[in-house]
Amino acid sequence: MLVRLAPAITMALLVGPVMAGLAMMLLPAFGYLPVLGGETLSLAPWRELFAQPGLGRSVWVSFSTGLVTTTVSLSIVVLFLAAASGSRLDRAIRRLVSPLLSIPHAATAFGLAFLIAPSGLISRFISPALTGWERPPDLLIVNDAWGLTLMAGLVLKEIPFLLLMSLAALPQLNPAQRVMMARSLGYRPTIAWFKAVLPALYPLIRLPVYAVIAYASSVVDMAMILGPTLPSTLSVSVLQWFHDPDLTRRFMASAGAVLQLGVTIAALATWWGLETLARRSMQHWIERGNRRGGELPLRIAGRGLILLTTLTAFAAIGGLALFSFAGFWRFPEALPQDFVVVHWLRALPSLQSPLFTTAAIACASTLLALVLVLATLENEYRRQIPPSRALWLLYLPLIVPQVAFLFGLVVAAESLGIRPQLGLVVAGHLLFVLPYLYLSLAEAYRRLDPRWFQLSRTLGVSRLRTFFQVRLPLLLAPILTAVAVGLAISIGQYLPTQLLGGGRVTTITTEAVSLASGGNRRLIGVWALVQAVLPLIGFMLAIGLPRLLWANRSGMRGAP
Amino acid sequence: MSMPTLPFAALALLFALPVHSASAADPSDWNAVLEQAQGQTVYWNAWGGDTHTNRYIEWVTEQMQREHDVDVRHVKLNDTSRAVSRVLAEKQAGNDADGSVDLIWINGENFAAMRENDLLYGPFAESLPNFALTNADANPEVITDFTLPTQGYESPWGKAQITFYYDSERIETPPTDMAELLDWAEANPGEFTYPRIPDFTGSTFLKQALIELSDNPEALYAPMEESDFEAVTAPLWAYLDALHPHLWRSGRAFPDAGPTLRTLMSNGELSLAFTFYPSEPAAAVAGYELPESTRSYVLEGGTLGNVHFVAIPYNSPHKAGAMLLANFLLSPEAQAHKQDIDVWGDRTVLDMSTLDASERERFAIDESNPAMLAPEALANTLPEPHPSWMTALQEAWQERYVGN
Repeated sequence: MLVRLAPAITMALLVGPVMAGLAMMLLPAFGYLPVLGGETLSLAPWRELFAQPGLGRSVWVSFSTGLVTTTVSLSIVVLFLAAASGSRLDRAIRRLVSPLLSIPHAATAFGLAFLIAPSGLISRFISPALTGWERPPDLLIVNDAWGLTLMAGLVLKEIPFLLLMSLAALPQLNPAQRVMMARSLGYRPTIAWFKAVLPALYPLIRLPVYAVIAYASSVVDMAMILGPTLPSTLSVSVLQWFHDPDLTRRFMASAGAVLQLGVTIAALATWWGLETLARRSMQHWIERGNRRGGELPLRIAGRGLILLTTLTAFAAIGGLALFSFAGFWRFPEALPQDFVVVHWLRALPSLQSPLFTTAAIACASTLLALVLVLATLENEYRRQIPPSRALWLLYLPLIVPQVAFLFGLVVAAESLGIRPQLGLVVAGHLLFVLPYLYLSLAEAYRRLDPRWFQLSRTLGVSRLRTFFQVRLPLLLAPILTAVAVGLAISIGQYLPTQLLGGGRVTTITTEAVSLASGGNRRLIGVWALVQAVLPLIGFMLAIGLPRLLWANRSGMRGAP
Repeated sequence: MSMPTLPFAALALLFALPVHSASAADPSDWNAVLEQAQGQTVYWNAWGGDTHTNRYIEWVTEQMQREHDVDVRHVKLNDTSRAVSRVLAEKQAGNDADGSVDLIWINGENFAAMRENDLLYGPFAESLPNFALTNADANPEVITDFTLPTQGYESPWGKAQITFYYDSERIETPPTDMAELLDWAEANPGEFTYPRIPDFTGSTFLKQALIELSDNPEALYAPMEESDFEAVTAPLWAYLDALHPHLWRSGRAFPDAGPTLRTLMSNGELSLAFTFYPSEPAAAVAGYELPESTRSYVLEGGTLGNVHFVAIPYNSPHKAGAMLLANFLLSPEAQAHKQDIDVWGDRTVLDMSTLDASERERFAIDESNPAMLAPEALANTLPEPHPSWMTALQEAWQERYVGN
């Protein structure tokens, strides 16, 4: 019963809220909001929006952030995959990258800011010896007007995501065989991968790529920390307008939210156009039959770039740790005058309750999502239906910008008499946890050899028991990885927690962001570090458990 | 005797249920308020960006639980207007009796906006037993919020005043008025800035500068519509145009909020900064954020100061608990603890003449801390302009300096 209904339930749970939220946003965008005296439809909110100073710049930064971030992260991932040959270094890199997926965006952003700011760690380490700086240089690095720092921060986070998605999709393509074939025709290994594997891989990771574009063009928390300020990105401006004490600004804010949706769609459409162009030029390149040109630089770039971003991300987290123990620390000293634990001691009592809430929400939403995803996939398998086109809708919450529908969703929930509370937050997290869980589990599920179940059925075992006793154990490793991804996604959510919980539901992330408004680097260090470590524990368990449980079955331990 | 009370109690309970969620306790009947408040959970929405404030609120929470059996929950906001928009969303959805916000830490434009849209409950403040301790007749600032009379819709909580601070190892004589500040910035480029508008500390800097620079500062205390905005503010823009190239990042970027100034001071990027909380520099020295050579002062002509309040949304389901909390915040015990520099250092709104000698002693200010502002400096307080100026200045600033 559940299995058969699962796709419908899943779809309703994801699509319903997004649509309701969008509807509640469209009405005020065209002047209809009776509480504030807006009783007729009008274009006034749009006129006001377009009169906002710096709007064009905001739109441009959001749009370009979406495209540049995706281009850079995808290129680095693809270069690495092409250059990787299964050497020890490659495996080490892969192992280093995957935990980065679990570190929330906000923590990464704080870490990066601490690292590269004019008074940051790098500047301290090289000053005054190399630079002669006795005071931090007056340089605009973090919050630069072009959004370059924001893009850099996003790239750090999107690389692990795209890499894991690619690694999940690769096995079904038999990349080793393809490369071997191409090599037998005289192609150098990296070139062989580009020409024989990439064209087949890209269609499989297209959805994750689109999710990255949508996310990068509309991100809020990272843009608040690293993004430009005069003006800020469109999503941050929209958020500010929504929170403006001048309540009539909400009309314009709604129009801005709709515009944000438009910008994201425009970025996706542009990417789609670029895809076509890239496909054509790729075709030419393949057909020209060049077998070795550029092999060495590609190989070096493949490993070098991913190593650079990965080490940067780890240094950023290290910086958080350093600040969380710092006593007074005058520039340009490379280390604090003394190390103190007082920041941790002070934070500990107030950490407990948010920690518990965070864990409860993450577990509840991930568990719910897991049940729904497994049931949906099982239904697909039992009825032998190919993944339907409607599944695109699953990704709706990832494609539609959060600022475009969450405010409307709050109003929609209120009109149904659903008060902000823990349950609503869990439901809100489900919107984002479920698609990611599905993304990370679907391939492994479909790839599993169906003969195992046929065998089990011929032995007279029921379908239900087959599911629990054969399928689940076989899938333990990918399921745990997917669960870890789900937990990480839930832990990192800021806007849904804040809005759907009415501010009453405090998690590590909401606390960290509200403390950030106090600007105390040491305190931010403490909270961001907790925020980063929490999902990491999930990942360790996901990797460690199968090894422990299947200690005597090497084939079941899952990919590193 | 006890026989007839039982059915009455049951009846009262029956009525208490709807009363509890829908209509409010009558603040003039304080005993009824006390009774109703018992066991209520009060969601107090207050800016949560400062650990000192947060720790003080934690202490309040413990006291309220112990003394009044009221469960206070601090909802930490990173911007007070979030609570305003929350209440608005509830009104929009027709939730008029079971809102999620019971008490808001508020003042200025947020208060004006909530009043204008009928989002507040009241009048209640003047019925609070401890309100008399503020001696409002002699201290009009506790019933005036940015020139608007509060009319009992918010209860005073504490006092803030713009206070400048600097590192005395880097600066010998800090600038004491706006003209000197410009000269100083020219001589020390990149070492001063103010928070990006519409942050309220940044907006307060604009008002501070405007009061000093304008030929007609009286105009600021009436609604902006009544005067020629361009004419009144022209000297301010001329001043800012001259100042910006010498600011941090050459005025191409501004820090996002007041406390960020402190971080920039801590990192050594700035040498001079200001805050709304006179004891913040001293507290930051104690928290290893600022060097011990930090010193505080106010400008020669005085600096802007205001009172911050707590208010109750019209749809709060726990108004009795909220009023009890507002009353506790006004108690000599809570006010003295708040003013303690080791706790928060926020100045009291109570009038010392209403207290007896032993109570007064608890409010003595420790002058031995060198980073601490001398108490007499705070006598030099400029009142806040009408809130309409804040909004107009913010818009004009953004038009001039955003996206160019």
